[in-house]
Amino acid sequence: MNSATIDTKDSYLENGIYYPSKVMLDLKDLKKVYPTPKGDYVVLENLNLQIMKEEFVTIIGHSGCGKTTMLSMIAGLNPISGGNISVLGNPVKGPGPDRGVIFQSPSLMPWMTALQNVLLGVNQVFPHATKKQRIDIAKYYLHKVGLDGAFNKKATELSQGMQQRVGIARAFAIKPKVLLLDEPFGMLDSLTRGELQDILIEIWNKEKITAVMITHDVDEAIFLADRVVMMTSGPKAKIGDVLNIDFERPRTRKSVLEHQDYYKYRKHLIDFLEH
Amino acid sequence: MKQEITLEKESQGLTFLKPLATLFKAKFEKDVVLKSFKKTGITLVSILLFLGLWHLGSKALYNKEATYKIEKALSEQGQEAADAERACIASGDSSCQPNTLPSPTQVWASFQSLIADHQLIKAKKEAFATKMAATNEKLIAQGKDAIIYTGRASFVDTVLTSIKTVFAGFLLALIIAVPIGIVIGLSPSLRSAFNWFIQIFKPVSPVVWYLLVFMIVKTLYIGASSDNAFVISFISVGLCAMWATLVNTAMGVASVDKDYINVAKVLKLGTFQKVFKVILPSSLPLIFTGLRITLSVAWMVLIAIELLAQSPGLGLFVWEEFQNGANDSNAKIIVAMFVIGIIGFLLDRLMLMVQQMVSFNKNEGI
Repeated sequence: MNSATIDTKDSYLENGIYYPSKVMLDLKDLKKVYPTPKGDYVVLENLNLQIMKEEFVTIIGHSGCGKTTMLSMIAGLNPISGGNISVLGNPVKGPGPDRGVIFQSPSLMPWMTALQNVLLGVNQVFPHATKKQRIDIAKYYLHKVGLDGAFNKKATELSQGMQQRVGIARAFAIKPKVLLLDEPFGMLDSLTRGELQDILIEIWNKEKITAVMITHDVDEAIFLADRVVMMTSGPKAKIGDVLNIDFERPRTRKSVLEHQDYYKYRKHLIDFLEH
Repeated sequence: MKQEITLEKESQGLTFLKPLATLFKAKFEKDVVLKSFKKTGITLVSILLFLGLWHLGSKALYNKEATYKIEKALSEQGQEAADAERACIASGDSSCQPNTLPSPTQVWASFQSLIADHQLIKAKKEAFATKMAATNEKLIAQGKDAIIYTGRASFVDTVLTSIKTVFAGFLLALIIAVPIGIVIGLSPSLRSAFNWFIQIFKPVSPVVWYLLVFMIVKTLYIGASSDNAFVISFISVGLCAMWATLVNTAMGVASVDKDYINVAKVLKLGTFQKVFKVILPSSLPLIFTGLRITLSVAWMVLIAIELLAQSPGLGLFVWEEFQNGANDSNAKIIVAMFVIGIIGFLLDRLMLMVQQMVSFNKNEGI
């Protein structure tokens, strides 16, 4: 297939065969303005980004450049000031379970057990499944994140890292089309962070959900992503550069670190950030 | 060590019992025992100090009043009357005792006499019940009301009436304030609509609430033979005490963590689910803080309201003893004061226990 035609068209006919669009998420001329007493503050302007199906994209940029704003606009939690965002061609009008979110803080309901927290979403997305089926789904994903013994533990009884595991299970269990991750491991120590990256990428390998993840960590960005999107500093932030990471999947940390291109990619990102 | 941890959890809200609990523990640990002895010891010393100061104070007041009485007799009626007065006071005759702050021993004696009085009245009641048993059976068979004992209420009865009233008032406050609090917490426009109402009525004194309730209930009860003092007092107590719960509930519901709301939005929970699975559980701790304040306010205003409503509780007891002016009236008032304080303290501990049960760290599934 000719990749050039695929990337630009929504859907197309080729040799009499209908190929559905490969674009999952489409951000067109996106703009975000916050009115302030001193006049409008433009956070994002002319931001264009297309994310393909089954793609893992990490977004990197300086603090306060508007990464989180962009992500919460995709999630539908923050209104759009200009341009548009569409998921499979349908414009985003508000939040919904087709876009799962993993927040920076685990945001578990502290009065619920790990299982109840995951079930909260599962019940909502699979209302016609039997109770047992729904519990099985929740348990499956808790098992996947390595929380077999903690189904009935209260969220407050879990460590920060374990809480974020529940957050990952909750997001995957609702079978979203797009997974949005807002620096999900930013608050964890580096050991736990590595563990959770492995868990995340393992589930993602299985489910192949389109993922958009914000991170501050250059190594994390390279290890997880198919493409690293670099954002310019605000105000009026937009996409500054995009770097394709051509490592084979499934990846291991070791193979990535030993790969000859690793330091080339790393240097590229650091040069951009230091500029 | 594990044993001690569970022990601490169990006695939450009753920490003042902890030294005792530690003492009863099978396995004595030397420093723990020492520590708890120290803690109990300090409490005991402070109690003794308090009693000592009280004793000295009341003695000084007694002497002052006695001297005044004798001097008054001297200046008005001469030396002979003054001597008679002095002799009378020294003899301990109740007719000429100075009327002032009673000493701890007097209060203790009054407490015992109140209990003895209660036993007496209880015996009388039982005798009355057995005497009337046959007659009452007949009356009930005929569909008439049974004859009940209508004698004077004992001190213990007044305490029970007060507790009954305070719980009825508390329940009323809960039924009114929690639902309204939730509704106005959920809607910012309703919140501003209700705000003036809350701000204006919150500081109104219990006496005025009583008068308002009296106006309404009196009219509603026109023609009814039953006594409405209980109804009036518990409604007044409830209305007076509900504001803390109302404000706390509204605040708790309005200030749910933004993260939880975002989760609810992303999962597209319906309104019902959002309220009952996210908003309410997360505001429970604040609601219970409000209820705890409500209960202690209810107990505090109860005394004044019972007095006004002539409801046979502790408030009326205190007022009647004051009006009565008998020799041991002052001591009885102090007894009532301690009983009021101790019950208020226990009610607060009870609510604290409930409050800790619903806090996120250890509650069972909602």
